[in-house]
Amino acid sequence: MSRLRQSLPPDRVLTSRAATTSFESDGLTAYREKPGVIVLVESTSEVVDVVKLCHEFGVPFVARGSGTSLSGGSLPIANGVVISLNRLNKIIDYSAEQRTITVEPGFINLEVSKHVAGDRLYYSPDPSSGPVCTIGGNVAFNSGGAHCLKYGMTANHVLGIKAVLPDGEVVEFGGESLEHVGPDLCGMFVGSEGLFGVALEITLRVLPQPERFHTVLAAYDTLAGAGDAVAMIVASGLLPGAMEIMDRLAIEASEAAVHAGYPTTAAAALLVELEGPSEELDAEIPLLEQVIRDSGAYEVRVAANKEERSRIWVGRKCAFSAIGRLSPDYLVQDGVVPRTELGNALSAIEALSEQYGLRVANVFHAGDGNLHPLILFDGRIPGEFEQAEHLAGEILMMCLRLGGSITGEHGVGVEKIAYLPEMYTENEMNLMRLIRQAVDPAEIANRGKMLQASALGKGG
Amino acid sequence: MVVVEKPEELQELVRSQPRLRVTGGGTKPALSHSANASLAKLSGVRKYNPAEFTFTAMAGTRIDEVETILAERQQYLPFEPPFSASGATLGGTVAAGLSGSGRLRFGGVRDFLLGAKIVTGEGISVATGSQVVKNAAGFDLPKLMVGGQGCYGVMTELTFKVFPKPQHSATVVFEAETVGQAVALLRKLAGSGLDLAALDLDADNRLWARVCGFRSAVLRRTERVRQSAPTPGRILTDDEDAQFWNDCQEFRWLPDGRDLVKVAITPKCIEKLALLLPHVARRFSVGGNLAWIGWPTGENPAQLRHVLCELECPGLFVTGTPSTPYVGPRVDNLFAQRLRAAIDPHGKFAVS
Repeated sequence: MSRLRQSLPPDRVLTSRAATTSFESDGLTAYREKPGVIVLVESTSEVVDVVKLCHEFGVPFVARGSGTSLSGGSLPIANGVVISLNRLNKIIDYSAEQRTITVEPGFINLEVSKHVAGDRLYYSPDPSSGPVCTIGGNVAFNSGGAHCLKYGMTANHVLGIKAVLPDGEVVEFGGESLEHVGPDLCGMFVGSEGLFGVALEITLRVLPQPERFHTVLAAYDTLAGAGDAVAMIVASGLLPGAMEIMDRLAIEASEAAVHAGYPTTAAAALLVELEGPSEELDAEIPLLEQVIRDSGAYEVRVAANKEERSRIWVGRKCAFSAIGRLSPDYLVQDGVVPRTELGNALSAIEALSEQYGLRVANVFHAGDGNLHPLILFDGRIPGEFEQAEHLAGEILMMCLRLGGSITGEHGVGVEKIAYLPEMYTENEMNLMRLIRQAVDPAEIANRGKMLQASALGKGG
Repeated sequence: MVVVEKPEELQELVRSQPRLRVTGGGTKPALSHSANASLAKLSGVRKYNPAEFTFTAMAGTRIDEVETILAERQQYLPFEPPFSASGATLGGTVAAGLSGSGRLRFGGVRDFLLGAKIVTGEGISVATGSQVVKNAAGFDLPKLMVGGQGCYGVMTELTFKVFPKPQHSATVVFEAETVGQAVALLRKLAGSGLDLAALDLDADNRLWARVCGFRSAVLRRTERVRQSAPTPGRILTDDEDAQFWNDCQEFRWLPDGRDLVKVAITPKCIEKLALLLPHVARRFSVGGNLAWIGWPTGENPAQLRHVLCELECPGLFVTGTPSTPYVGPRVDNLFAQRLRAAIDPHGKFAVS
């Protein structure tokens, strides 16, 4: 601690209860932990210094951006160090010609698109927390968003990374090219949940803005009907930029919050967005109209202009926070099922909801089978949180039975740590532990996330 | 050469051998010339559900076999894996980390690989990644296989996502006076909303721009592409279009007596590379993000190494039999070494 104080000004090394309280939790508010010290870093070399100190003294650290993780990925370690990266938010390099931008980890996701918009470019990964979440956090958790079907997740947009490993060694991989030579270390680093250290500089690719959008909101009287429509659209050969579904409960919450104009009588709303060159959309729109008609939608709205499109998206993106209006507490799950199993998965969730007597709202990335069931509960009622966690666990197991994954974009964090060994066999788990040990033998980087801390890690 | 027919045989082989390098179709000899086992018989599509847009196949499965099966359902691998018709396999393509011209639009082999079953250096079979199109659980080990040259585990089974195959395609070719002019047009087209499927520049300063989509749209979009240069381009016939990109995928432009080298570049390096290596066969693909160089077989690559180091662009020999496939700036680092130590502790998979 005295070494930390030597290297940083006192107002950036926080230990008072008042200062550390706001770092005790992240987007997964059900979990809390008291950190020992918060370090507000302002340069990448300070990050390296802090990591080196942590390594020297065997003190675990958590690198944290805006703390929006929904899996508890930035939950502090008891008495450990929190490296707060929000002030590390500069643009290091931007080339409109190369269509690349290099930023520090505290740079805000949505600010990337804003910064490059003048050159008619944008950054594709668009998690709902985009206005606040940071690129460093996106890299750690391989964040997704509504546009992964066509353009992929964060890993598909990170070209280069400079990172500090848990022992303070600084490494670089990738670069400005779309291509790389040698193993895809960049891809391996992305989504490692902070276990491989801290990304210091991140080079992203940005894409030319689509010339035109066509955003459709279709209403269905069953949730399965909307799910079937997704399968029909995919089968038609169309490749929409986004395909999202919200169920009645989610629509109700979202409408109460932002009045985006979703059909409140519908059992489910399907949002489909085509994007691309104008001529291509001329050909795609009639086909989409036909498929949606055949899928039994009883009402179809098309965004007539930019404002209407933006309203539809606000309705979708605020859905999580709007659920707060319906219930004092909720848990969000993030399981993935094969797209052809969507209907089965939704029926199973409905049945579980009835069985547990807890309401479940569904908002999800239907195009890639990524479910987001929101389990509503009241934490003040004894036992209800545990019930909600049980229900969440059953949903994850259902996803695995259907051949899917326990997480599509939120990561394992602390929340799903017990379920990773359900998805992978002991061989896979062992290999991941061996890798963790080879990169960080003392387990100081984000200990207790994704992989259980070993006896060594717990003791440290 | 041991011919492996079952994954269990491979596990046994890894356990019993001090060193194991594998080959598939043998289309990339620079990476496989020292192989002591063949996975060509570890072949076949295991699972393909067209409605799911994913398939799982053994690592030794030929790409062209997969492409045929996908085409029956109007689906494809958009990155146009190189040497498909020459017999390249899925595993070899992943291990070499090679993508073709089609990589421009939707991404490369790294972006389409979802899961990989591998055998570790201790002979243990491990199923990494997943079978679904979106997955953030655990380390993204399939990524490590891409370009890993078999040093991070030997692949036995792979799962890919696929996309709907566009109904139609058309290509416009532009002729530029100088490399500089060609690069300027390349930048303009790549940065536009024209949504090109491929954009390649050849050694004669000809720029080839491909448009894919619905037939009625492609005709109109192609005309717009054609008009986007000061001197409008020429639209290829349908046969020419198919032939040209197929020739690209198979590197038929590469003269005899040349070894193929892949270089990861950016458009800003093109002019300098062309200037520093004026008489070398070359092609710039993927909107200027990938250079293919034909290096004279048997010639010392010292000059190439020097140029690539100066440009800070890493290269990889694909054909020929160099002592090491890597050329140019070093791509190995501490992180990679630690990962290898975990997966292959005895160094059995080390590239010579």
